[in-house]
Amino acid sequence: MTDQIKIYIPKETSACSVGSELIAEKITDLAQGHKHISIIRNGSWGAFWLEPFIEIEKNGNRKGTSYLNKKISHLSSIEELFDDFYNSNPFNIMDIDFIKRQTRLVFSRIGLYDPLDLNQYRNSHGYKGLEKSFEIGQQQTIDEIKKSGLNGRGGAAFPTAIKMQTVLDQESTIKYVACNADEGDGGTFSDRLIMECDPYSLIEGMTIAAYSVGASHGYIYLRSEYPLAKYFLTEAIKILKSHNLLGKNILGTNFSFDIELRIGAGSYVCGEETAMMESIEGKRGLVRSKPPLPAIKGLFNQPTLINNVITLASMSVILFHGKEIFSQFGSGKSVGTMPYQLCGNIKQGGLIEVPFGITLNEMIYDFGAGTFNEKPIHAVQIGGPLGFYLPAHLLNTPLTIEALMDLKGSLGHGGVIVFDDSTNMALQAKFAMDFCAVESCGKCTPCRIGSVRGVELIDKIYNGTAVKADRVLLEELCETMETTSLCAMGGMTPNPVRSIMKYFPNEMMI
Amino acid sequence: MSILKEIDHGTPAITSTKTVSAKINGINVSVPDGTSIMRAASLNGIEIPKLCASDNLESFGSCRLCIVDYKDRSGFGYPSSCTTPITEGMEVTTHNKKLTHLRKNLMELYISDHPLDCNTCAADGDCELQDQASSLSLLGTNNMLKPTRYSSIKNDHLGQPVDSSNPYFNFDPEKCIVCSRCIRACNEVQGTYALSLHNRSYDTQIKPGISESFLKSECVSCGACVQSCPTGSLIEKTIVEKGIPDKTVITTCGYCGVGCSFKAELNNNEVVRMTPYKDGKANHGHSCVKGRFAWGYTNHVDRITKPMIREKITDPWQEVSWDRAVSFAAEKLTKIQQEHGIQSIGGITSARTTNEEAYIVQKLIRTAFGNNNVDTCARVCHSPTGYGLKQTFGTSAGTQNFDSVLASDVILVIGANPVVAHPVFASQIKKRIKQGAKLIVADPRRTEMVESPHIKADYHLPLLPGSNVPLINAFSHVAVTEKLIDQNYIDQRCDTESFNDWKEFISLNIHAPENAEMATGLNATQIRAAARLYATGNNSAIYYGLGVTEHSQGSTMVMGMANLAMATGNVGSVGCGVNPLRGQNNVQGSCDMGSFPHELAGYQPIENDKLRGAFEKKWQVTIQNKPGMRSLNMFDAAVAGKFKGIYIQGEDFVQSEPNIQHVEEAFQSMECVIVQDLFLTETASYAHVFFPATSFLEKDGTFTNAERRINRVRPVMEPISGKHEWEITQDLALAMGYQMNYSSSSEIMDEISELAPTFKGVSFDKLDKLGSVQWPCNDEAPEGTPIMHVGEFVKGKGTFILTEYVPTTEATNRKYPLLLTTGRNLTQYNVGTQTRRTANNIWGEDDVLEIHPADASTRGINNETLVLLRSRKGETTLKAAITENIPPGVVYTTFHNPETGANVVTTENSDWATNCPEYKVTAVEVEPAEHRSEWQINRAKKLEQFRQIRNP
Repeated sequence: MTDQIKIYIPKETSACSVGSELIAEKITDLAQGHKHISIIRNGSWGAFWLEPFIEIEKNGNRKGTSYLNKKISHLSSIEELFDDFYNSNPFNIMDIDFIKRQTRLVFSRIGLYDPLDLNQYRNSHGYKGLEKSFEIGQQQTIDEIKKSGLNGRGGAAFPTAIKMQTVLDQESTIKYVACNADEGDGGTFSDRLIMECDPYSLIEGMTIAAYSVGASHGYIYLRSEYPLAKYFLTEAIKILKSHNLLGKNILGTNFSFDIELRIGAGSYVCGEETAMMESIEGKRGLVRSKPPLPAIKGLFNQPTLINNVITLASMSVILFHGKEIFSQFGSGKSVGTMPYQLCGNIKQGGLIEVPFGITLNEMIYDFGAGTFNEKPIHAVQIGGPLGFYLPAHLLNTPLTIEALMDLKGSLGHGGVIVFDDSTNMALQAKFAMDFCAVESCGKCTPCRIGSVRGVELIDKIYNGTAVKADRVLLEELCETMETTSLCAMGGMTPNPVRSIMKYFPNEMMI
Repeated sequence: MSILKEIDHGTPAITSTKTVSAKINGINVSVPDGTSIMRAASLNGIEIPKLCASDNLESFGSCRLCIVDYKDRSGFGYPSSCTTPITEGMEVTTHNKKLTHLRKNLMELYISDHPLDCNTCAADGDCELQDQASSLSLLGTNNMLKPTRYSSIKNDHLGQPVDSSNPYFNFDPEKCIVCSRCIRACNEVQGTYALSLHNRSYDTQIKPGISESFLKSECVSCGACVQSCPTGSLIEKTIVEKGIPDKTVITTCGYCGVGCSFKAELNNNEVVRMTPYKDGKANHGHSCVKGRFAWGYTNHVDRITKPMIREKITDPWQEVSWDRAVSFAAEKLTKIQQEHGIQSIGGITSARTTNEEAYIVQKLIRTAFGNNNVDTCARVCHSPTGYGLKQTFGTSAGTQNFDSVLASDVILVIGANPVVAHPVFASQIKKRIKQGAKLIVADPRRTEMVESPHIKADYHLPLLPGSNVPLINAFSHVAVTEKLIDQNYIDQRCDTESFNDWKEFISLNIHAPENAEMATGLNATQIRAAARLYATGNNSAIYYGLGVTEHSQGSTMVMGMANLAMATGNVGSVGCGVNPLRGQNNVQGSCDMGSFPHELAGYQPIENDKLRGAFEKKWQVTIQNKPGMRSLNMFDAAVAGKFKGIYIQGEDFVQSEPNIQHVEEAFQSMECVIVQDLFLTETASYAHVFFPATSFLEKDGTFTNAERRINRVRPVMEPISGKHEWEITQDLALAMGYQMNYSSSSEIMDEISELAPTFKGVSFDKLDKLGSVQWPCNDEAPEGTPIMHVGEFVKGKGTFILTEYVPTTEATNRKYPLLLTTGRNLTQYNVGTQTRRTANNIWGEDDVLEIHPADASTRGINNETLVLLRSRKGETTLKAAITENIPPGVVYTTFHNPETGANVVTTENSDWATNCPEYKVTAVEVEPAEHRSEWQINRAKKLEQFRQIRNP
């Protein structure tokens, strides 16, 4: 009997975007009739410059190589494929620095196997976190999260356990858990990777969260631009239901929990938690005022725990390994690991899960290997379209919540976008206002009208028709938007603009 | 009074037993826990700038002008004071340099997107945007908005077309500041959900429906959006045409029995707007299309403003002086009595005039006429209510105030469609349903109450017309046999003997839902489920309309509901009760005023010597000690030649009575018909004397609404005819030899309160002070009685009455296989005398016949084609409207238009106890028609002749 050969072809959005589906088709054709060959559609390892990264496992030895720009259409047999593959210097992904240097806790399973393979998930500690939680009870679970130091990974970095405690303490008989999977920031993809490459870890985390606060129903609010994530979540929920890991009396306990997947309609602001709730309720995605806090009066006026995908997935890790797995790293608000997402003008873009504290320099050069086109770095935007721009001379800044706050910025959802010196920063400033002008929910005045006036003012500056008073007006507008907007959308839009005025004054001259 | 601007505290009042204390600008404040900073400030005289907040709407937080600061605030954003509750010990600053600077910047953003045309804007001087700009020094000369620092920028919403499709208001999108107050008012206050936001960000705009015009949208023209608009974007056409008001008079609407309080707003002594009054206890600042907008009839060209007389109805009318008209009438009436006896004349008090005006008419009849031949239009609507509730509870009126519904857990609506007939109260019901109360609707039609946005009845019981009694008996049967009754309540509050008899009766198997299936056409399981819900739902309330009373078993049904409510302990506390929704503004009052032949004011039996004696003493006459004729008896007596003269104050019998042809015959047999009305009504065609009446805008007095609330009606102008209606009646009395010496309507009320114990504490002074009171208002309840029968029934112990079902004789057969039932629509009111003379006609003036598709197709009837509606009594034609809202076998129409003559087909069947006509059940057949019916053609001919006025 011939040894089993496994061929891994990633089924993940970035891999698919560079042809992994076509490769899968071709290889499936070639493997037809070869019973000892199995094709596994695994997730991505998050080393995007390698995609499509095809791996072959033979005699327990798993190696891979990038099939980017690699022609395989001419191959006529599986043997030819193997020859071609082994002639391309395949390597074990674990051996490259990009992966070796990471501390993958939350992303420990991505790329390893078929994300829907429940046996594999359970064999790699899957559902051990939930079992632990059931064992120690609701309050202990929250205490464990509290002591781990986990903060929300969606952008606001709010202490997760405080929200959980608030929801648990509400007397309502109906409570909800809502997973915010409306990952809309340009340059971010960590939520997507979890949902596409390890969906069970998110759902396990949600189940832990639901159990700990006493919620019986959960929603995942997924942006419509993630069709593959929708597929994986839909399938995962189906499979978990058939294995009694969702639904009534989970794992034989008294706890019942169901999850509904809700798809957004293309609105950025629906990632703002109150607008998200409106959208889940079937209404227009308009931001609600806080208070009341969602934890007290959230979805359908009931106490609701709202967390980001990574935050929830982290719960399974913390519960299984214990609080120290996070608390051993970092300090202050920046505790545990953080999945940074490196992109823009960069050689080696992808997901980088490391403990808080790494500097931009380390990230860009040690992991990213510098700019893609070798041009000097001019600016780095951190934290999505509403994040601030840092100039090259501040690349020694550690990527912690505190350090970035000191610079009047924020880490947000962990996106890092690299720009070279051909970038026109005035246009980047205009883009920030423009983004708000397109994506504002239209409720509050500073965001609804202010963003449009911002675009117009920056346009004047860019065209050289602005006068000094226009700059004063722009500064006042930024202050008004920042201090009077209803939500963070309008409130943070001035961040990139102000950082450009501060760090790139010559490019916003009047 | 100059213009009244009500204080808007920005967010709704909070009811909380806990109080929090805090400081605002250094001032100590104490408010209920949960109160917003904005409201707390406003209640303490500190006004925080705002544009999107209003105290009839939930806080929204979009304009951001109301930002405040407080000690130890964290984060960089300033909180909006409308959305932030004030908390214990908070130290709030509402005004400082920083906040003013930010507010000014925000206002600049608004103004950068707003036309700078205040001097040509109709809202100039009545605009919150302008007010806020003013307080931030952003106004220039002539109070015009100043160009902002963004002024060179061209990106704005200016130049969009005005939507003037609605007959009463315009929508100018360029003046809109997207505060969503209109949308929220439509959703939260009215409950119609006609408006929505379209697009997002800067492109966000308010639109009716899916980008329709206001007229084509689901908008019901209640005016809530217009009232809430802080700019001139939504504005009344009358304001555009005539300018903003400079004077306010608080008064009461003249339409339905809800009795909404209004601010009549005048410019140069002419009414330019009717705005619902926030302090109105029946409506809390809300209105419907009729009260808010349809008041143009008051100065319609058809209005008769001079007295007229004629010898024969075929003669043209002749305008004469008041003296001549009164003496002409008095001579005729006196002559008739001399020739045909004291009983040969009578009169009708109106349900639309004030209490004082109704009172004085019945007094005229009992004194100058010397008989008790007085009746009122309640005879044909809610007389069974009076009878039924008096028998069981001891009073002839509903048990609750309207606000009580906000504490109901189960709301049972039977034979009423408040969404169209009592829209302001319907909005309150909807509000409660949205808070989670359950709704049961018993109505043959799938009415607007059954399902609307965010409202769905838990049970809709589409019973066959005429089967109310078996339904309510089945409800009671379920409550009793499934032991869902409140035995403690019954033991303490009700008469044991009558209860035991009733219990035995109602437990009989014939009353089981399974045995009610045949009569009601309903499914027994559904009846049982609905009955259980009512019986076990904690606070269960019954609201009903003419679908209950206008049956041959109307009184039985009223008592059936009263039995059920008592058995389940649902009378005498907030949130429950048995409540008639009364049709006309003062139908309750006209009944209270002694308008029935058997009762003196305050429901005092005429046969009781002691009670009657008090009136005789006061009036210095001997009053006949036997009840006089009811209106139907008067008509029968007229046809028999025994009844020859009638004084009709504001009622159009020839349109509103059943079997019109019989009524026409009665009128033609009379020698002196006096009609006192605003217009030449159908009845006026048969009159010899016409006394021009006053509209509600000219009246000075009181109306009593369906919740027994006595509201002041204040004149905004002198009577156009030159005389108040009570003066006409007083003059007629004098001409017939009886002296009355009132110099104001206030004196009449003083007499009422002296003679009727339930009104003992009522006076104009008190009403002016308290706004309104609900009778009984006496020494025990000097400020009135919102909920009746608390602790004890008015009659002592509540009485259960056996409610045996006697089906109507008006049955279907092969010749008349369908059942006709009648009702109302939203924009027309009653016989349409008023509303047909307003722009409400844009929503349809004609009555249509609703028919199920199956019934239509078997008869070859197409939608909107003319059909002949034929009953055993008569036939008429109208257009068909094919709809599944009506069950097969039943057809439905309204009776708003005299040309339709819906009452040509209705029968003289009437309630066994009160003679209330059975308008709701007529066996009919429908077939395609090619031309108008004979009656319609004759009517048109007669009208021409009977309505001629000789040119003076």
